[in-house]
Amino acid sequence: MNGPRIRFQDVAVDFPTDRGPMRVLDGVSFDVHEGEFVSIIGPSGCGKTTILNIIGGFLNPSSGQVLLDDRPVAGPGPDRGVIFQEYGVFPWLTVRDNIEFGLKLGASRVAPAERDAVVSRYMGLMGLADFADHFPKHLSGGMRQRLAIARAYAVRPEFLLMDEPFGALDAQTRSAMQDLLLEVLQAEKKTVILITHSVDEAIYLSSRIIVVTARPARIRTIIEVPFGYPRADAVHEHPQFTELRTRIRDLVMHEYQAQANQAVRHSE
Amino acid sequence: MAKDSKVRHGALIAAPWVALVVLWYGIRESGLFNPALVPAPHAVFAKFGELIQGRLPNDMLMSTRRVVTGVLLGITVAVPVGFCLGWYKGLRTFVDPVINFFRALPPIALIPLVIVYFGIGETAKTVILFYASFFAGVIVMYEGIAQVNPIYVKVSRTLGATDMEIFARVIVPLTVPHILTAVRVALGVAWATLVAAELIAAQQGLGAMIQDASAFFQLDTIYVGIICIGSIALLMDMLLRLATRKLVAWQERIA
Ligand SMILES: Nc1ncnc2c1ncn2[C@@H]1O[C@H](COP(=O)(O)OP(=O)(O)OP(=O)(O)O)[C@@H](O)[C@H]1O
Ligand SMILES: [Mg+2]
Repeated sequence: MNGPRIRFQDVAVDFPTDRGPMRVLDGVSFDVHEGEFVSIIGPSGCGKTTILNIIGGFLNPSSGQVLLDDRPVAGPGPDRGVIFQEYGVFPWLTVRDNIEFGLKLGASRVAPAERDAVVSRYMGLMGLADFADHFPKHLSGGMRQRLAIARAYAVRPEFLLMDEPFGALDAQTRSAMQDLLLEVLQAEKKTVILITHSVDEAIYLSSRIIVVTARPARIRTIIEVPFGYPRADAVHEHPQFTELRTRIRDLVMHEYQAQANQAVRHSE
Repeated sequence: MAKDSKVRHGALIAAPWVALVVLWYGIRESGLFNPALVPAPHAVFAKFGELIQGRLPNDMLMSTRRVVTGVLLGITVAVPVGFCLGWYKGLRTFVDPVINFFRALPPIALIPLVIVYFGIGETAKTVILFYASFFAGVIVMYEGIAQVNPIYVKVSRTLGATDMEIFARVIVPLTVPHILTAVRVALGVAWATLVAAELIAAQQGLGAMIQDASAFFQLDTIYVGIICIGSIALLMDMLLRLATRKLVAWQERIA
């Protein structure tokens, strides 16, 4: 199995609107290989979540195709853990039961005897142990986000598809969650696609960064991150890190500019 | 301190009822109505004491049993039907108008027809209460189901849930609050309908008692009947609210 695990081939997506179809993705092609960590960065509303929805199996491309291990994606599955932008923690389940949800399903790859240990482990890692028997209504936004992450990690998917998973966290927790993610990846091999608005986060975590344009999203550039794994916080101080940051920021700023110009043109 | 606030809480709950009784005496004394037409609260209370040793327990039991049977049957059918309507949008578009047509008919208006087809026995009452509860319940159910946030279904699928698992582990728990609301709404409609049905044709039940009393102009008995209906309905609603609070403790709500 040396071929790419995920392959986007000239993918376009149109959404129907009142004023005819709106193109959201246009000619998107890229490959993701086993064990890679790919970040997608681009302006708000450009189509990043749409890319994730296709891999997740929730949306079919209007044209082109998306292959998962050389086969077109056919619906969602537990091989691809998704952390949604809106978390989707189950309000009727306690913290513990939320994390355990996937482990109790027929598709679970965790033996019943192991369940408790797995749940406790992720509850502990995410700092939720004190809230094990609380319902989500008692959790803060950041805690709900961590709960969604724990729930996704617990079923041990081969792929992690993360949509701004650390967006609601304060800087300290965010950096702890990034390190935790790297740790989990070190222990359990996974292929990750991460959507983020943070340039630093993208560089710190990824092996490659895809910068996409304002809507319709096209691939602007794909940047290789020159650091290996395991990574430590010290990478942030590396001169190459600073260089990369400047370069990616410029690219993203440029796309935001383009988006703003588009908006002005539309309002005229 | 805690005892103090409990006393205050009790006083707050009792206050409007005390006010009602005071108002009742006030109206009686005001001369707005002929005092002979407004029995005094204590007279009604005395009548209650008398009736409770006579026909009242049986009447209360009959009425309550009819309501509970009708609502149970109605909701039992309304839950799966409401579920299907909420889940399958295509079904809803053409079944919806039919449901709304029947829902708009006051069940009371159907009583004469029901008597024609089912006579005046228990079957007739069950049918009319079933009708009332079903249409009240089905609408609550399907609105509730249609509003289930699709993110929960999406998340479950990414965790590996099958359709059956999604139904049992996601849809059912999310449905419980709507079932409870449907029962509450159905109970309200059922009581209103039942009393009307009993007023028209019944030998037993609170409605029948009221009807009998009105034939002999026994106003105090009518008052006892009305208060009993209100009290039983209130009690049922309180029990349901209690159950709701226990069963859906997870819900985020304003009150
Ligand atoms: N199901 C849909 N039907 C119609 N339009 C949609 C649909 N889903 C997304 N869109 C539109 O497609 C565009 C891209 O949406 P998407 O959610 O992919 O953006 P995004 O890059 O994830 O944005 P953000 O960074 O704010 O999360 C938006 O303009 C959105 O309004
Ligand atoms: Mg998004």
